[in-house]
Amino acid sequence: MIEVLPLSGAVSVQPAGAASALRAEGLAKAYGAITVLSGVSLDIRAGEVHAIIGENGAGKSTLMKLLSGHVTPTEGRLEMDGRGVSFADAVAAEAAGVVLVHQEILLAPDLTVAENLFLGRELTRGPMVDDRAMNRRTAEVLASIGAHCGPRDRVGSLPLAQRQLVQIARALLEPRKVVIFDEPTAVLANDEVAALLDVVRRLRDRGAAVLYISHRLDEVEALADRITVLRDGRMIGTWPAEGLSQRGMAELMVGRELDMLYPPKRPEPEAAARLVVEGLRVDHGAVEASFSVRPGEVLGIGGMIGSGRTELFEGLLGLRPSQAGHVTLDGRAVMQRSVRDWREAGLVYLTEDRKGKGLLLEEPLAANLTLQALDRVHPGLALDRRKEAAALEKAVAEYDIRVRSLLLEAGQLSGGNQQKLLLAKVMLTDPSVVIIDEPTRGIDIGNKSQIYDFIDRLVRAGKACIVISSELPELVGLSDRVLVMREGRIVAELTGAEITEQGVVYAATSGQATGSAAARTETAAGERG
Amino acid sequence: MTSTATNIAGGEASRRIRWADMGPFIALAVVVLIGVLLNSSFMTGTNIANVVTRSAFIAIIAVGATFVISSGGLDLSVGSMMAFVTGIMILTMNRLEPSMGANAILVGAALGLIVGAICGLLNGLIVTVGKIEPFIATLGTMGIFRALITWMSDGGSIPIDRALRDPYKPVYFGNVLGIPVPVVITLAVVLVGAFVLYRTKFGRRCTASGSNADVARFSGVSVAKVRTMAFVIQGLCVAIAAICYIPRLGAATPTTGQLWELQVITAVVIGGTALRGGKARIWGTVAGALILEVIANLMVLSNMVSEYLVAAVQGVIIILAMLAHRFIK
Repeated sequence: MIEVLPLSGAVSVQPAGAASALRAEGLAKAYGAITVLSGVSLDIRAGEVHAIIGENGAGKSTLMKLLSGHVTPTEGRLEMDGRGVSFADAVAAEAAGVVLVHQEILLAPDLTVAENLFLGRELTRGPMVDDRAMNRRTAEVLASIGAHCGPRDRVGSLPLAQRQLVQIARALLEPRKVVIFDEPTAVLANDEVAALLDVVRRLRDRGAAVLYISHRLDEVEALADRITVLRDGRMIGTWPAEGLSQRGMAELMVGRELDMLYPPKRPEPEAAARLVVEGLRVDHGAVEASFSVRPGEVLGIGGMIGSGRTELFEGLLGLRPSQAGHVTLDGRAVMQRSVRDWREAGLVYLTEDRKGKGLLLEEPLAANLTLQALDRVHPGLALDRRKEAAALEKAVAEYDIRVRSLLLEAGQLSGGNQQKLLLAKVMLTDPSVVIIDEPTRGIDIGNKSQIYDFIDRLVRAGKACIVISSELPELVGLSDRVLVMREGRIVAELTGAEITEQGVVYAATSGQATGSAAARTETAAGERG
Repeated sequence: MTSTATNIAGGEASRRIRWADMGPFIALAVVVLIGVLLNSSFMTGTNIANVVTRSAFIAIIAVGATFVISSGGLDLSVGSMMAFVTGIMILTMNRLEPSMGANAILVGAALGLIVGAICGLLNGLIVTVGKIEPFIATLGTMGIFRALITWMSDGGSIPIDRALRDPYKPVYFGNVLGIPVPVVITLAVVLVGAFVLYRTKFGRRCTASGSNADVARFSGVSVAKVRTMAFVIQGLCVAIAAICYIPRLGAATPTTGQLWELQVITAVVIGGTALRGGKARIWGTVAGALILEVIANLMVLSNMVSEYLVAAVQGVIIILAMLAHRFIK
């Protein structure tokens, strides 16, 4: 891989005298033979905001889990105040003064703010909990971060932004040397973001070392003193934030050449649009979009996680509440939009959540393969076991699903083979439009390249394909046209030479923000799940 | 991959799966063996016929429960529903007897099936349309059905008309080729149940909904429809059990079918069906119902343990079955 650093002289120089609160050297993490992060050396200094940026899957979350004791590194060492440390778990890290503020809200909604703050470490007087002391202390912490709720408020009744502050307050109950934020603004609207950034600045000004992980480059630009870039599980470098533009950051995050993983692009299709979606509103307007796709075309959907991509298509399929919108397939208006109706009409959706929504992990392969096409495989009353076995054998050969036995359960396959089984499952319905959400999440490069070939083949056979992907190289390498989503809206359409990783990242992270309703719905769904 | 390799591995996989599924039948064999060793009168023809016949009600209802549970539901109302359906049937038969004679039994039985199906539909709709946890929904209808039978019988009993006793008697006491009629009916219910569950698209969708409702939804399966239908099947099974039950005691009372829901769920679970749904074992359910009845019978026959402790022993059995399940996994 060729490393091209677009900014000369940006590699960090350690200024003398800056107090390093937490220092990592050669940090690496491997799960079995798979290295997810390696060669990370950085220091977080007291009184600075140090931002970590990188694409999805670059290793940001692994890094912060290593630094906060949630995961133990396989290599490298940590130093605090010049002494080597190692954290057995998150509790040990917190005792040493390093705390991670989680992205998801981890609070008990039926308890009060104070009860949540002191959950598991209640103050007591004799055998009884000392509510008065806890409420007093809570009020102090809340005031110090500028939260407007009271210690006796029930957390469930607070708006999301206040809950986020309560979560931060919980992390700051004890004095901390290093505070790590994991995408703290993912669930917040714009004005709330500004307030949160103030909290972060206040922490810094009081001398804490802040590690700030975010995919919102505008925030990073506004907040960070220094920026470390991760890419593909490796550290690219650390730069002073001054003089690094959002575009510069995006280029650093991407900075790589496309290889031969992807099939050559197809000629521009001449046919009219097959699927036309106009003004579809999902989740009561949190996501709203219009788009169309032609036969013989791969339409890529880019954007950060939480930008509403999955929600848009789950809404189209009737898997989420959707309103209004005019949808036509091959020129005919589609009125009934359930998975079943769409299947009859010839449109299928492959979920991004292979294990949770795609396959029955404890059921045999054949039952999984035919679940979506039961009426097609078994036209009669009874199940036709022989036909089912034949369909499985055909799918295994056609999609190169590597199995020890045809009688295995779906959960016994590797991720790549599960993904191929899922693809075979929806293709069994013989669709004319295929929507694939994260076609290669968590699978190895060999299976990836096969799946790209399948997609290429089905598009060349005249089907229309929509690929939703967080992996930029994949999006750029596969798509004939890319729509970029941000905060529930399509903000850019890229065609031809415009389809570059930088272009997608820039459209996905910059420009006018209008609130992050889409991200909020995703979090809400997560809380339900 | 060569086909030989596939076959060999396939053989291993199927052997392993079969072994795990044998659990309830092995348990049944062990219980029977203990019975033979403990008491000489256990293995007599009349006693065996008696045990199997008595287990028929639980077995029939438990077939329905296998559908409900494997689709991700639970029905606590079966015992009360059974009493309610029995009451409706007897009242109908008694009313029609003067004009129709013994044919009143057929009409009453048909009505029983309809009422059972409607009761099941009611449970199903509360769960799926009302989106109420099956445990709570059927806890509610359990109370309703129980109160209705108590009200209908005015706290006493609803006896069947004397004129109907004789023509109805063979349904419980008769036999076909030496096999008691309730056993024949049970066998028929189990065969149909096994066919629907294992050999039809509905059965496949049923286990898919229980295994992972999201996957089913994303695959275009109407989970609500499937679950509602499972409750209707449960209602039908309850009605069939009621049809067999009436000639046995000849009356419906406020205690008819009391606590049967627990025995039914026990039979299903020790039969190997997963309580969280997704895995259905109809024949295992039958073995479960037999195990419960054999244990009760043994305790009555032998003097080692008081028969008042039957429920306790059955309780121990279900816990042991669950533990065995965990360790086999």
